[in-house]
Order: sequence, then C-alpha cells, then structure tokens
Amino acid sequence: MSSKMMFYVLKRVLLAVVTIWIVITVTFFVMHAVPGGPFVGEKAISKEAQAALEAKYGLDKPLMEQYVTYLRDIVTRFDFGPSLKQRGRQVIDIIMDGMRTSARLGIIAAFSAGIVGIVLGAVAAIRRNTFIDKVIMVFTTAFVSMPSFIMGTLLLILFSVHLGWLPANGAARGGLVLPIITLALYPMSYITRLTRSSMLDVLGQDYIRTARSKGVSKPKIIFGHALKNSLIPVITYFGPMLAFIVTGSMVVEQIFAVPGIGRQFVSSITNRDYTMIMGTTIFLASLIVIMNLVSDLLYKVVDPRIEFD
Amino acid sequence: MTDLRKPFSLQLDPDAFRPATAEEKEYISRMRPSSTFFRDGCKRLFRNKVALVSLIIIIVVTLSSIILPYVWPYSYDKMLGVRPGKPVDSSFNNLAPFTYGKTELKNIEKGENVFPHIFGTDAHGRDYFIRVVYGTRISLAVGFFASIIVLIIGMTIGAIAGYFGGKVDIIIMRVVDIIYSLPDMLVIILLSVVLGKTLSVENTIFEKIGSNIISMFIVFGLLYWVSMARLIRGQILSLRQQEYVLSAQATGAGGRWIIRKHLLPNCISVIIISTALQIPNAIFTESFLSFLGLGVNAPMPSLGSLASDALNGITSYTYRLIIPAMVICLVVLSLNLFGDGLRDAFDPKLNA
Repeated sequence: MSSKMMFYVLKRVLLAVVTIWIVITVTFFVMHAVPGGPFVGEKAISKEAQAALEAKYGLDKPLMEQYVTYLRDIVTRFDFGPSLKQRGRQVIDIIMDGMRTSARLGIIAAFSAGIVGIVLGAVAAIRRNTFIDKVIMVFTTAFVSMPSFIMGTLLLILFSVHLGWLPANGAARGGLVLPIITLALYPMSYITRLTRSSMLDVLGQDYIRTARSKGVSKPKIIFGHALKNSLIPVITYFGPMLAFIVTGSMVVEQIFAVPGIGRQFVSSITNRDYTMIMGTTIFLASLIVIMNLVSDLLYKVVDPRIEFD
Repeated sequence: MTDLRKPFSLQLDPDAFRPATAEEKEYISRMRPSSTFFRDGCKRLFRNKVALVSLIIIIVVTLSSIILPYVWPYSYDKMLGVRPGKPVDSSFNNLAPFTYGKTELKNIEKGENVFPHIFGTDAHGRDYFIRVVYGTRISLAVGFFASIIVLIIGMTIGAIAGYFGGKVDIIIMRVVDIIYSLPDMLVIILLSVVLGKTLSVENTIFEKIGSNIISMFIVFGLLYWVSMARLIRGQILSLRQQEYVLSAQATGAGGRWIIRKHLLPNCISVIIISTALQIPNAIFTESFLSFLGLGVNAPMPSLGSLASDALNGITSYTYRLIIPAMVICLVVLSLNLFGDGLRDAFDPKLNA
C-alpha cells in the first residue's frame, strides 16, 4: 500500500467515525427536544411514579451528563439502554433479535439483486437494440418507478390472495420469498441499467476492438475483458443499495409481517419508544455508513486508474 | 476522384481546387439563421417522442389535479353519508365504482341528475375519485416545492464554494461530505417523528397540510441540497477558468455579479435537469413517509397515504390501492423519462 493510499483510507475511516458520532449526537439531542418526554401521554401517573420512572431511566440528570453516559455506553459496551415500552428488555437485544431475520432477508435480496441485475444488464448490452434488450429496459424502468410498498402489496395480492402460491405471512414456511422479491426488484433493476450502460461504454473502448481484431473469442472478450471492467461502477452502488434495503425492509416487513428490525423500528415510532428509536436509528445508520465506506474503498482498490484525493 | 488503386499516392484531385460556381456560392451563403442554445435544445427535445409524451402526461396530470377540485361536485373531505341533524347514512361507505348511496338513489328515481362516483367511495363515504385527484395535487406540490428548496440552497452554497475556493470551499465540502454520508431516510424519519411533535402549526397557513409535510420540507432543505451543491460547484470550478470571467473581473465586477450574471446562466441546463430528476425522488420519499404514517395529516390525502389506507381493505377493494399506485408510477415514470429527455437535449457534453 502506498502512503497516498494509506492517507486516503485513514481519511475515509475518520470521516466515517465522525459521521457516526454526528448521527449519535443529533439523534440524542433531537429526541430529547421532544416536549414532555417519553412518559407523557400514557395513562395519568402520579408525580412520584413519574419521578421514580425518570430516575430509573436516568432522565432526571442534566442533559450533558445523560449524553456523555449514553455515548460512553455505546462506545464501550455497545449498550443502547433499556427499551421504554418493552419493559425489561435491552434495546440491543431487540435489535439483535430482529437482525437475525432482517439480515437473512437483506443479504439474500442483495445477492439475488446483484447476480440477476448483472446478468440481465450484460445480456441487454450485448443484445443491444434487440427485442430482449427492449423488454429488459421496459421492465426495469417500470420497477424503478414504483415505490416498494406498492410493489410489495401488488405481489401480495397476486401471489398470496389470488393465486395462493406463497404465504402472506413472513413468519410462515417459505414466507420470506415474497419479501425478498419485493426488496430485490428495485436494486436489481437499478443494477441492470447500471451494468448495461457501463458495459456499452466498455464495449466501445479501443482494447475491446484490439482484442476482437486479434481474434479473441467472443465469450472471452465478454467475460475476460468487458464484464470485468464494466462492473467497477456497479461496486459503487453497493453502499446505496444497502441503504435502500435497510429502509425498504421497514416497508416490506410491515406488509408481510416479518418479525425483523424494520418492523420493530416502525412499531417503535408508533409507540413512541424513544430509546428504541434512538438505538435503531444509530445502529442502522452506522451499518449504512460502514457499508458505504467498504464499498468506496473496494472501488478504489479494484480500479487502479482512480487517483486518491 | 482519388485513385483507389493507389491509396497511398499523394496525387490530389484537381477538381477539388476549381473556383466555386455561382450555384455553389449561393448554396453556401444561404446559411440557416443562427439558432440559440435554448432553441436548439427545445428542437432536440421535441424530436424525442418519449420525452414529448411524458411532458404531455405531466401537463395533463398537473392541470387536472389543479382544476378538477374546483369543478367537481364532491370535495375530498366531505363524508357523503354525514348530514347535519340526521343519523349517519352508512350506505355511502365503501361504494363500488358507479354506484350510489340511498338518498342519491331516491333522487335518481325522482329524475334528478346525480354525478357518478367514478371510483366509488372510501370507508368513510368520501368520493374516491376526487381524493385521488387531490392526493395527486398534494404529491406533485410536495415534489415540486421540495425540489425548489433543494435547488435554491444547493445552488447558493455550491456557487459560493466553487467561486471562492480555498478555505471556504474546503469547509463547505467537508460539511457536504458528512451530510452526504448520513443515511438520509433514517434522518428524515427521525426528524419527522420529532418535528411532528415539536412544530406547532395551529392557526397558521400551514395548519391544513400539517406539521409532517413541513418537517419533510425542512429535512429536504437540510439534507438533499448536498448533491446539488456538489454538482454546481463542479460546474462553476470549470467555468471559472474561462476568459470571460477574467475579463469581467478585469473590468471590476464583484463576486456576486459574476456568479449571478456569468456563471449560473452557463450551468443552467445542469441545474434544470437535476431539479427535474429531483421531483420524482421527493414524491417517492413522501409516499414512503405516508406509508409509515408520517406523511400528510388526515383528512388531507396524498398518493402515498391513499395507498397505505387502502391496505386495510386490500382483499375486497383492491382497486383502491391500484389506482393511486398507478398514478404514482405514471407520474414518477413520466418525470424520469422527461428528465432523461431533457438531459439528452440540453447537456452540452453530449452534443460534441
């Protein structure tokens, strides 16, 4: 690794750390700016009970002290405090519980979106302006114009209600198939379009013409030269795709009743479970920031032509 | 003709050096009138059929969403079954398309003309067609104004960073980097939750649209300007090197004047294109938030809230989801295709 690259990596890691710190700080102070506090609005409780509750959750201390404690607990023990509404449970336990399902959902969705998207994009580029290219482009254009909650509900109506092929409940056997498809369709279409345009770009390059004039076989040109180079821009989409899957899972898990972190997050919003909202926001945000960092660094490593600045 | 059998000979074709005939002179001198950049772009745009059709769809949808609520006999929040002093007539709830409530049927028997409920009514007995029209209006307005906010903030900051450079640029771009790496959706949700509680919009002009939409605008203003700022900074950086900027500076023009009169007009095409592509983005975000229950306040409809309300009766009233879903797709698709067309027509880099 050159010193320039070291410097770049260091800079990006630092930026990611600062971003996560800002997320934590903003989340903390924004949530504490809510008037009334977390226990207002529940059944009328006596002053003493309220004071006892606030003392229990440390809400009676000065704001700065609460902030420092919160930050320290996250950094040292990965502890987001107790949930306010699900009594007796720690936020991190609820998150980890949800992540078990959500991670499976998200990873399968991301992989299938990547593989199918790259294949379709490459096919569309190679068979440019043919019928198959047009079909692929029409469908992918339609899919990127449709919000995921509509896509999810339409799939639900079609495959569970009318055809009865797949269960509507995500917890049932085979219930994750529809959520995965819903989640994967948008990134898949995006990757298809990205691969197609970057592949078309690469196919017009001089080295492809050189390879062709040397008599290199067509599969070798496509797989050995064109596809490899046209995947570089696709890597940069890796980070945004994860962000999409995280936010998309909130909707998808809600529709298909998947017991994942997205549904926990949405229900914590409706319940006004403040520590849970804070914890999940920080957790998911850090996940996205780290994944963005990884995909950016990967991008620079894969393509030696890119300069570090 | 050049001799094809000797392709590398330096023999020149003497025919090419004869003086021009009167005809040829006439042909050359009759050049077409010089065309402006804008007119050129429009010409290219109108030749693009996909973009043209999209534009027509956008205009039709926008105009009808503005005009129809004024001429339609029903309003978006009137529950038809509820009349003052009478018990609620539940026959108006959940009407199928082109059917009528009890009192309306009586009126029809009497020979009166009753305006049909084209899409039926919703669970509260409100005419669904006008709710869809009104929801389209809200969604379009949200998309449009959010893009304008993004445009103004992004343009100002991007232009300042690009023109002044140096320390100003470094500081602004660091802030941009950090905001850029914030997960936008999560921040939007967080701020919507909190601002929805803290903003008090009662007794102001914003009361009707509700605090959620206002907080969404605030969030858009806070977060989404960064990509616009980056884009404009890049443009300005390259434009700043041009001679005409130097000559303007030499004649004593100030920074603000140069940015406003010389630099921004020259990157106007980039600005318009990215603004056009920002609108569908905002509509998406609005519908997403409405789905999570953080969108417009009831009884105000938006396309997202209509779709999410429809989920309750999804098996029996599927069309209530399909209709707003189709409108969202149609609007977003045409805006995207029109934006692409604009880019093809006005991006000078592609013309070369």
